[in-house]
Amino acid sequence: MDFSLSEEQLLLKDSITTFVDKDYLFDVRQKNIKTELGYSSDFWKTFADLGWLGMPFSEADGGYNGGPIDLMVIMESLGRGLVVEPYIPNVVLAGGLVSRLGSEEQKQDLLPKIISGEIQMSVAFSEPQSRFDLNDVITSAKKDGENYILDGYKAVVMNGPSSNNIIVVARTAGNQLDKEGLSLFIVDPSLKGVSLRNYSNVDGSKASEITLENVSVPDSSLLGSEGDAFSALEEVIDLATLAISAEAVGIMEKMNEITLEYSKTREQFGETLSSFQALQHRMVDTFMAYEQTKSLLLMCAAKLTDKSDDAKKAVSALKYQVGIAAKHVGEESVQLHGGMGVTDETNIGHYFKRLTTIRAIFGNTDYHLKRYSAL
Amino acid sequence: MNLSFSEEDLKFQDEVRSFIAENYPADIKNKMDNGIPVSKEDIQTWQRILSKKGWFAVNWPEEYGGTGWSITQKHIFQNELADANTPTLVPFGVSMCGPVVYTFGTQEQKDRFLPGIINNDVWWCQGYSEPGSGSDLASLKTKAVKDGDHYIVNGTKTWTTMAQHADWIFCLVRTETTDIKQQGISFLLIDMKTPGVEVKPIITIDGSHEVNMVYLDNVKVPVENLIGEEGAGWNIAKFLLAHERTGIGGIPALKREIRRLREITSELPLGEGFLKDDELFMDKLNKLEIDLLAAEYSELRTLAAMSKGGHPGPESSILKIKGTDLQQGLSDLFVEALGYYAHPFMSEDDLISNEGRIGPDFAANVMPHYLNYRKVSIYGGSNEIQRNVIAKAVLGI
Repeated sequence: MDFSLSEEQLLLKDSITTFVDKDYLFDVRQKNIKTELGYSSDFWKTFADLGWLGMPFSEADGGYNGGPIDLMVIMESLGRGLVVEPYIPNVVLAGGLVSRLGSEEQKQDLLPKIISGEIQMSVAFSEPQSRFDLNDVITSAKKDGENYILDGYKAVVMNGPSSNNIIVVARTAGNQLDKEGLSLFIVDPSLKGVSLRNYSNVDGSKASEITLENVSVPDSSLLGSEGDAFSALEEVIDLATLAISAEAVGIMEKMNEITLEYSKTREQFGETLSSFQALQHRMVDTFMAYEQTKSLLLMCAAKLTDKSDDAKKAVSALKYQVGIAAKHVGEESVQLHGGMGVTDETNIGHYFKRLTTIRAIFGNTDYHLKRYSAL
Repeated sequence: MNLSFSEEDLKFQDEVRSFIAENYPADIKNKMDNGIPVSKEDIQTWQRILSKKGWFAVNWPEEYGGTGWSITQKHIFQNELADANTPTLVPFGVSMCGPVVYTFGTQEQKDRFLPGIINNDVWWCQGYSEPGSGSDLASLKTKAVKDGDHYIVNGTKTWTTMAQHADWIFCLVRTETTDIKQQGISFLLIDMKTPGVEVKPIITIDGSHEVNMVYLDNVKVPVENLIGEEGAGWNIAKFLLAHERTGIGGIPALKREIRRLREITSELPLGEGFLKDDELFMDKLNKLEIDLLAAEYSELRTLAAMSKGGHPGPESSILKIKGTDLQQGLSDLFVEALGYYAHPFMSEDDLISNEGRIGPDFAANVMPHYLNYRKVSIYGGSNEIQRNVIAKAVLGI
């Protein structure tokens, strides 16, 4: 049994940590999220130059053959820096689907550009009624000669606004809840009939509501075989769930550090907050919540790496735990900061907002507890 | 990072599993599986079987009769013991007094005390707490006054588990009164047969007799029974606290018990179906299982760090809190699972009588276990004390 990271993984961790500590400063981030793009394209270029964007892809696809553990290392470190650049929607989700299902042509067209940071992509998988059920899809795709006609509505599509291509999950057969009959299409958002309503989320990330109205796409935009997308989609979302859980673990670790530091300097009644036992015990509890989550994160990364039979179950156990711990650590961190915790100028509140949206992304505690029970 | 067992580890697991299958006495297994309390003789028999195989003082250095196993092997061994529902090994000799003697004792003391522990000929109990010294252990008042080549010991020890069965007691006693209460404490071994030692039972809310008061009235203890320097007892106590904590979370047993509870949900009738159809109950069970999984991997992380030469420091406090939370949570779920049938009280005689039990077979121990397990967040340093330890040692406040 060995929980330690390899030398390469330690180097990767070091390089991201150095970037986050030196360059990714809080006030810079706050400026960037207020721009139309919502993040820094210079930073994105840095990610590409340092090889982070190519990590999850095979060498044949131009990447570095990184596995779930490497992804965990990246996201945990990005989480600590509250990095808003869209690594998960672009690299993990869209890149993951293209690398798994794409034809040689599609892969050669898209993957080098994702790896070099040239293009942005996203995956439109959720609909207003579907919440976290990947199989719940009303958006339809009907064969029309050499084309498919797409109709439907996609909700809260992460990284939608910057995307040069959007992978749309649409139903080519079956009923609303069937796992069979789901297909993926690579859609250029400038096509006739595609309209995006773009906005910011509370955590500073950007998203879109997407309406597809009689959108005609060529056969060549089908990603993978028709009607067969569910298992690859589920696999990629599971990997993304590991990634966002790692981000949450990084955030919680950082929030605990910030809060502890604050408690050592802030004085009330002539004593530092850290001298009050009632507060000490609460900080111990948030520390333990972080530790418990970190343990499941490591377990889950290992099980996904080994492709264990119970890997899916491990993902749901992890995301359930993330949801519980994120609420606990997030709310306590704000409380222990007192009034400062609810101000816009203090970083803790911004960590809290991201941690709060993570609770629901790829499934909240109820969803994952049910999935865990059913598996 | 690699969390799977190696070929050798899996082979070792097989070896342990078959040894237990072939050597675990059927009568003791029957008692354990049916919730009938095991006697001192039962425990002694089982511990001697392990000892004969060389698998009893697992954590001791090899020169004193330990196994020399890797951390992973020790983990596998504990899991297999728990899996087979064997009696919990009594820690006072093998996990507590033994390590103190081989770490702090003289050669004469090692030769004198270690064989009795490893062969299970001498049973030990722990004289730490006193009526006025619970969580504030260092405030203890039991006095040992030197008189020639003896100490004269006076005082009262309490919560002394298994004192009624013990041959010897290791005690923290005050040899000097100082301003700093942690100073002036010494570690003394006392033969329970010495005149002036008196044991009185304390019956706990589950109706069982586990713990006792131990009265020490002018007990004459030879000075050669002092371990370490006079006044160095607090350091030994701290050493023991860190030493005993690995495994204090009781994770392997929890894994067995939660599996058992899951089986029970398919056996207990509810309406036209079974308890497993009750989603609210099953939610609680599944939540607890995920929590247990997290605790299990936290323990593995600690063990892995130790195998690289680290020490089980404050992490053991985290494991203690999480493990005992889970033990109490699970004992409560068992009670909930039974509804009314958690209520009938079965004495030991009822359990072994031919009349049959009231309600499901396993029901008799469920409520006593829940009641008894209120202790786990209180003993071994209450969970509030553990939080103080973590705040100081990990958070640096």
